[in-house]
Amino acid sequence: MSGLLTIENLDISFSVFAGEVKAVRGVSFRLDKGETLAIVGESGSGKSVTVKSIMRLLPNNAKINSGSILLDGEDLLRQNERETLKVRGQRIGMIFQDPMTALDPTMNIGDQVMESLLLHKRISRREAGKKALELLELVGITTAGKRMRHFPHQFSGGQRQRIVIAIALICSPEIIIADEPTTALDVTVQAQILELLKEIQKQLATAVIFITHDLGVVANIADRVAVMYAGKIVEIGKVDEILLNSRHPYTWGLLSAMPSHNADEKRIYTIPGTPPDMLCPPQGDAFYPRNKYALKIDTLRMPPFFQVSPTHQAATWLLAPGAPEVTPPAEIIAGRELFRERARNAR
Amino acid sequence: MVEKVTDMESAAERTRKKILEVRRLRKTFNAGKSNELTAVDDISFHVYEGETFGLVGESGCGKSTVGRIILRLYAPTSGDVFFAGENVGQIKDKANLSSFRRRAQIIFQDPYASLDPRMKVKDIIAEGIKLHSLAQTKAEMDSRVNELLALVGLNVSHANRYPHEFSGGQRQRIGIARALAVRPEFIVCDEPISALDVSIQAQVVNLLQELQEERKLTYLFIAHDLSMVKRLSDRIGVMYKGKLVEVGAGDEIYYYGAHPYTESLLSAIPSADPDYGKTHRRVIYRPERDIKSEALALRQISGDHYVYCGEGDVGYYREKIELKKGAAKKTLDRENI
Repeated sequence: MSGLLTIENLDISFSVFAGEVKAVRGVSFRLDKGETLAIVGESGSGKSVTVKSIMRLLPNNAKINSGSILLDGEDLLRQNERETLKVRGQRIGMIFQDPMTALDPTMNIGDQVMESLLLHKRISRREAGKKALELLELVGITTAGKRMRHFPHQFSGGQRQRIVIAIALICSPEIIIADEPTTALDVTVQAQILELLKEIQKQLATAVIFITHDLGVVANIADRVAVMYAGKIVEIGKVDEILLNSRHPYTWGLLSAMPSHNADEKRIYTIPGTPPDMLCPPQGDAFYPRNKYALKIDTLRMPPFFQVSPTHQAATWLLAPGAPEVTPPAEIIAGRELFRERARNAR
Repeated sequence: MVEKVTDMESAAERTRKKILEVRRLRKTFNAGKSNELTAVDDISFHVYEGETFGLVGESGCGKSTVGRIILRLYAPTSGDVFFAGENVGQIKDKANLSSFRRRAQIIFQDPYASLDPRMKVKDIIAEGIKLHSLAQTKAEMDSRVNELLALVGLNVSHANRYPHEFSGGQRQRIGIARALAVRPEFIVCDEPISALDVSIQAQVVNLLQELQEERKLTYLFIAHDLSMVKRLSDRIGVMYKGKLVEVGAGDEIYYYGAHPYTESLLSAIPSADPDYGKTHRRVIYRPERDIKSEALALRQISGDHYVYCGEGDVGYYREKIELKKGAAKKTLDRENI
C-alpha cells in the first residue's frame, strides 16, 4: 500500500569540526491520509532532523546521504528550490515547538496568519483576511477580529501556540508536522491544544506527524507510533501495540520512566546511561550499553526488524527465533495483559 | 485567610519545626495603573523543616512570584515571610541579609538563561563560595568545586568548560551545584524540570531527592505537572489565579483532590493508556460556578487537608472526600479478592 507520504531509507549526517554526526541512519516509514503518526524518542534521537528534512529546513552543514521522501509519488529531495516552496507551507504545514520564538515579534498576527496564503494562492488581501479571521476563530482566539491587529507579545503561551497552529493550517495542507507543539505549555493548556488538533484533524482530514518525548501525549493523540533511538526507528506499530504490547527494551524503558507509572514509589525509573555519541555510534545495536536485556549478538550486529503483527515491527534480537525468553518490567507485563484482554473483548 | 484550628492541630504538627511561614502574602504589580495585576492574593502556608512542599498551578497563577517573594527577590505588597522565625522583609543589616541569602537558595527554571555564558562552570559554582567567604585558600575552593561537581553527577574535567558545551539536563545539574555551593538549608526549585526531556526530568528529580536525604534540605518545589510534584512532595499546595485553593498531603491531593480546579489539573495528566480518553473526560474548571455569596477562605476539611471555600461548603467537601476514599477502598478490596 502506498501512503500519502513515504520515507524510504533516509540517511542524514552533519559535518562538524570533530567529524561527521550520523543523525539519521536509515529511517523508513509511511504516513497515510488523515492519520496521526507520533515519533517519540529522547533529545538527539534524530526525530526533529527527520521531519525537518521533509520540509527541506536542514541547516547548511547537513548532508542527505541517501533515501527518498515521496509525497504522492514525487520525491521531495529531488525538487529544486521553487518546487520546494510550493510544497512547504502549502501542502505540508509545520507547527514549531516554541511558540515564543516561532512568531515574528514585529508583525501583527493577522498578517502572520495571512502571509503564506498571499504567497501561495491568488487571493486578495481582503479575502485572505477573512480566511485568517475564520481560522483564528476556529483555533479558539476570542474576539479574533480585534486580536488580529495585536502583536505576539500581547498573547499568552497557549494563545501563541494556537496562532502558530492557525498559520500551519491556513493553506489547508494535506500534512501537518508538529514538532513538540505542547512541550513548552502547562498540562491544562496542553490538553486543550491536543483536543484542538484532534478536532481540526477530524474536520479537515489532515494527516499529522507529531513529535514528542511524552508518551502520555502519544496515547492521547496518535494512531500509530514510531520510537526512535540513535537515528533509527527501533519499534513502530499501532498506538496500543506500542504502549501496551511493546517488544523493544528501549520502549520498555521509556514507558517505565513515565512519572504516572508506579506513582507511589519514591524513585522514578530512569534509563541508565546516556544516548551514544553519534560521531561514532556503537557497532551493533546502539542501545546495548544501556540495555539490561542485551544479548551478546547486540554488541556485534545491528538487529533487523522482526514482525510482531502485520502492523507492528521491532528491531531487537530478543525477537529472533531461538532468542532467550526475558521477563520485562512489571508494568509492561500488566500492559500486555490489558492488551490481550481488549483483543479478546473486541472479538 | 486560614481558619483558626489550634485546638484541632495534631500533636505531630505541633512538634514539627516550621522553617518557613508565609502569612497573608499579597503582591500587586503596576498598582494603580490600567494594567494592574494581583499576582499573589492573600496567601498563607508553612513549610516544615526537611520536607518538600510542592506548589502547583498553571502559568501565570503566581507560583513563581511566591517563590521570589520568599527569597526577597521581590518585595510583597503586604504580608510577611518568616524564615526560621525571622521576618525576612524586616532584615535590615547587611550581615543578616547575607546570612539569609546563604541559607535560602534557588534553582531556576531555564537552564539556558540562568547561567552566565561568559563564565566557566567552576567560576559559576565558586561565585557564592567566594561571596560568603566559605573557602580560605584557593586549594580549598577547588576541592569544594570538584566535590560539588561529583555530587551532582558531573565530571571534574567539566570545571573549565563553558555552559554552552552542556545539554539541558547537565546545565540544570550545574544550577543545582551552584545553589548547593553555599550549603543552604532551604531551596526554592522554580520549575527546574519543565524545560527538560521526560527521561532527563526523572534523573534530575531523583538527584534532588538524593541530595535532600543526604543534606537534610527543605524544598519549595514549584511546577505545573502534578504527577511529578506528587513524587517529590510531602505536602502540596494548588494555586489558581493568585490564590491557594487546596493544601494537603501529597497523596491526599493526588488521589482525593476535591477543589474543582485541582480536579481539572488531575484530569489533564496524560495517561499511557490509549483507551483512557474514551473512558475519562477532562474536567474543565469553571470558576464562575463557585459560590460567591459567602466569604471564601482556605478552610480545614480534615487533618491537614484544606480547601478554599465558603463556610457552608466544608460539609460538602468533607463528604466528597469521604466518597472518593470509599470508592478507592472498594476498588482496592475488589482487586484483593
